[in-house]
Amino acid sequence: MRAIEAFEPPLPSKVNYINAQYGLKSWLLTKDHKRIALLYLGSVTLFFFFGGIYAMLIRIELLTPRGDFLSSATYNKVFTQHGILMIFFFLIPAIPATLGNFLVPMMIGAKDLAFPRINLLSWYIYLVGGTITIYALLAGGVDTGWTFYAPYSTTFSNSYVVLTGVGIFISGFSSILTGLNFIVTIHTMRAPGMTWFRLPLFIWSHYATSLIMILGTPVIAITILLLAFERLAHIGIFDPAIGGDPVLFQHLFWFYSHPAVYIMILPGMGVVSELIANFSRKNIFGYKFVAFSSLAIAIFGFLVWGHHMFVSGQSVYAGMIFSFLSFAVAIPSAVKVFNWTATLYKGSISYDTPMLYALGFIGLFLIGGMTGLFLASIAIDVHVTDTYFVVAHFHYIMVGGTLLAYLGGLHYWWPKISGRMYPEGWARFAALVVFVGFNLTFLPQFVAGYLGMPRRYHAYPPEFQVFNVLSSAGASILGTGTLIPLVYLIWSMRYGRHAEANPWNLPGLEWRTQSPPPTENFIVSPVVTWEAYEFASPDEMEVVGTRHAARFEDAEAPAGGD
Amino acid sequence: METGWISWLPEAASTMASKVDALFFYLSGVTAFFTLLISGVLIFFVIRYRRRSPFEIPRPVAGSHKLETIWSVIPFVIAMSMFVWATQLYFQQVRSPKLATEVYVVGKQWMWKVQHSTGQREINELHVPKGRKIRLIMTSEDTIHSFFIPAFRIKADVLPGRYTDQWFEATKTGTFHLFCAEYCGMNHSGMIGSVVVMEPREFDNWLTGNGGNQSPAVAGQQLFQSLGCASCHGVNGEGGRGPTLAGLFGKQTLLTNGQSVIADEGYIRESIVNPQAKIVAGFTPIMPTFQGQVSEDQVLQLLAFIKSLHIVNPQQPVPAASPVNTRSQTAATPPPNLK
Repeated sequence: MRAIEAFEPPLPSKVNYINAQYGLKSWLLTKDHKRIALLYLGSVTLFFFFGGIYAMLIRIELLTPRGDFLSSATYNKVFTQHGILMIFFFLIPAIPATLGNFLVPMMIGAKDLAFPRINLLSWYIYLVGGTITIYALLAGGVDTGWTFYAPYSTTFSNSYVVLTGVGIFISGFSSILTGLNFIVTIHTMRAPGMTWFRLPLFIWSHYATSLIMILGTPVIAITILLLAFERLAHIGIFDPAIGGDPVLFQHLFWFYSHPAVYIMILPGMGVVSELIANFSRKNIFGYKFVAFSSLAIAIFGFLVWGHHMFVSGQSVYAGMIFSFLSFAVAIPSAVKVFNWTATLYKGSISYDTPMLYALGFIGLFLIGGMTGLFLASIAIDVHVTDTYFVVAHFHYIMVGGTLLAYLGGLHYWWPKISGRMYPEGWARFAALVVFVGFNLTFLPQFVAGYLGMPRRYHAYPPEFQVFNVLSSAGASILGTGTLIPLVYLIWSMRYGRHAEANPWNLPGLEWRTQSPPPTENFIVSPVVTWEAYEFASPDEMEVVGTRHAARFEDAEAPAGGD
Repeated sequence: METGWISWLPEAASTMASKVDALFFYLSGVTAFFTLLISGVLIFFVIRYRRRSPFEIPRPVAGSHKLETIWSVIPFVIAMSMFVWATQLYFQQVRSPKLATEVYVVGKQWMWKVQHSTGQREINELHVPKGRKIRLIMTSEDTIHSFFIPAFRIKADVLPGRYTDQWFEATKTGTFHLFCAEYCGMNHSGMIGSVVVMEPREFDNWLTGNGGNQSPAVAGQQLFQSLGCASCHGVNGEGGRGPTLAGLFGKQTLLTNGQSVIADEGYIRESIVNPQAKIVAGFTPIMPTFQGQVSEDQVLQLLAFIKSLHIVNPQQPVPAASPVNTRSQTAATPPPNLK
């Protein structure tokens, strides 16, 4: 390990972004992207467990075929609120707003994001949106499904549709501002020598995600506004009884909400690219293909929304084209999986927790992607759409994909974020529990779906019970699996082993500064002379390390006294 | 339900079901093969190339354009085979056959109302004969529903304000699930019923068994009188101040704006509830809207009456003589959702 320390000034400064200032005000008015990332970390965690409680209520209700635990009205609110909280307030912000916020500047060698105040503003916007939504849910809730299909949402529902919509509308601006901030930062604030093709793939995927955020989010905002106009002012937009078109709503809704799936999964793919390369100490196989596949997914992602509407009454020719494009978008995703697998070839693969999550991600993403082919095949989709087959498929992508990548990334960068190591044994155990629990929850739902069990059913015919009992058992395991990291990560902040600057022995810029980093990230702005994922043996590392350490040491001189 | 592995599949009780299952098996086979292949390679690499000493640095491996091309093209070709198969099957699914018995379906929170062409009505049940093609013409009184029969592998959304349709031919007698698949509010999971497939002879008995039902066409004729339609369109739809209705169905109609439209179910429905939307060439927009004055059931009855009107001015609109109301006159008409 001596060799690694050569990266760093001999005695790292004890001042870091966490202890640089104290007091609530120093957090609530911070402009430091790392502190804002922690604010986001706390809030998305809160929303995740809120959404998780609703998931548990769903799974308890579905243990028995008869709707005997909740009333129909309550059950409908429960699954709606589960979806809204998980999608808009956990899955969409989880990776970009926490890990992305923390790492985008560090990975490109910048001191902060381009617009630190806007970054703080985006967190407050998120919080205001989230608070309004939570208030709406507690005041009486909303029962439209997270999809808000009109005319049910505009004319028939007697729940807090508009208030919930306002919450989502507001939180959308947080997404837009984060995306804007990332794009400007990546364009203008890369360290000298950090060319586009030296960027870690995490940055490429966040760039692609940001494009979707700023292009797609305004459309959901418009859709919510139109929905509110119709609900409050009875202007006929979607309800045919007053001259509207309900299929129009679905077009508008999915024009955002399909790309939103890529807002959730692309950052996850970025995390997994980092984990696979770094924990096998191999440069990623086909760097440019992986980088551009992110952009390809972002672009194609805007052209496939109609595959949610194969039975909606849209034109059959439109359906045919959307089906074709959906198959096409599968290719860049497949390319990523092949490249990750090929990266492992002749690597030096460690079984640290982040890598377990990355391997789990690939496994679940494989199943999620493969079942996506069934849904892109229109003739099969007609049978399985709006059944548990679809529910299982999108949980494999959004939970199996995004959640596992998020947890993997959180463990991977935890030493950098907190300055402490997490307990490896517990972490591996939790990763295994999450993987097993997840599969037990959602694999049976594919079968139930093909057998015909419709989604959003409060009560169901008894022949589906066996699959629901398996699902509920799996969900309790999965829920436990997500609680374990909550406990030990909080524990580790106080009691965990102190982390070195570079505990994983990696070349990325974020590992070339102390853990936790100082407020300005790097004492001296780094100059990048190496390619992405250029791993070196300990001896070579020393050479590379001292060359750069020299730069750091120059700047460290004034503070070197402690 | 059979035993063994078959019970992992829903019953296949329509001509479409076995075709969809065949495609499903193809996809299952291909995707299972590649899932196992990829995860097998992955697991092999993870074990074979595990880290053996803490500081080992493997030799970098350069990417390969050849490999990237191979593993882009092969999945694309396989995906296209799925696309072509699934899409041509889908076109069979949406293109209603020329000779099909029509059944009207109206969805409302939270029940399915069904009316046969002989007038037989059902709620949350649909009786059909085995081996005959049935075409469902569907609409909703309130929000969006979806008519889903898993054993037939068919599903189509049922929308307010317009007609959608789907067809099937049952191949097995028995009772099968009918589900609403599009979330429609509080009692969505109670909007279920059963499809009863009977031997054709039994079915014909069942149809005639509950006598005294007016056929939709006859009920429609009475409405046509009582609503005052006849004063402009003529007692037998021969026309007057309003356009001729006899023989209209399925024909190309010229509009005042120079466009033309095929007079399908959707057009006729629109002309009743929103007459100003499309004005037939040579007529003035004098017709009042009937929105709110007629229920979806009644619109369907009017539609059945208009369909039954032939140019040769029949004294009495003839309700289909046989329970099978073949709609030969509409042979050239695409289903409404094709427009």
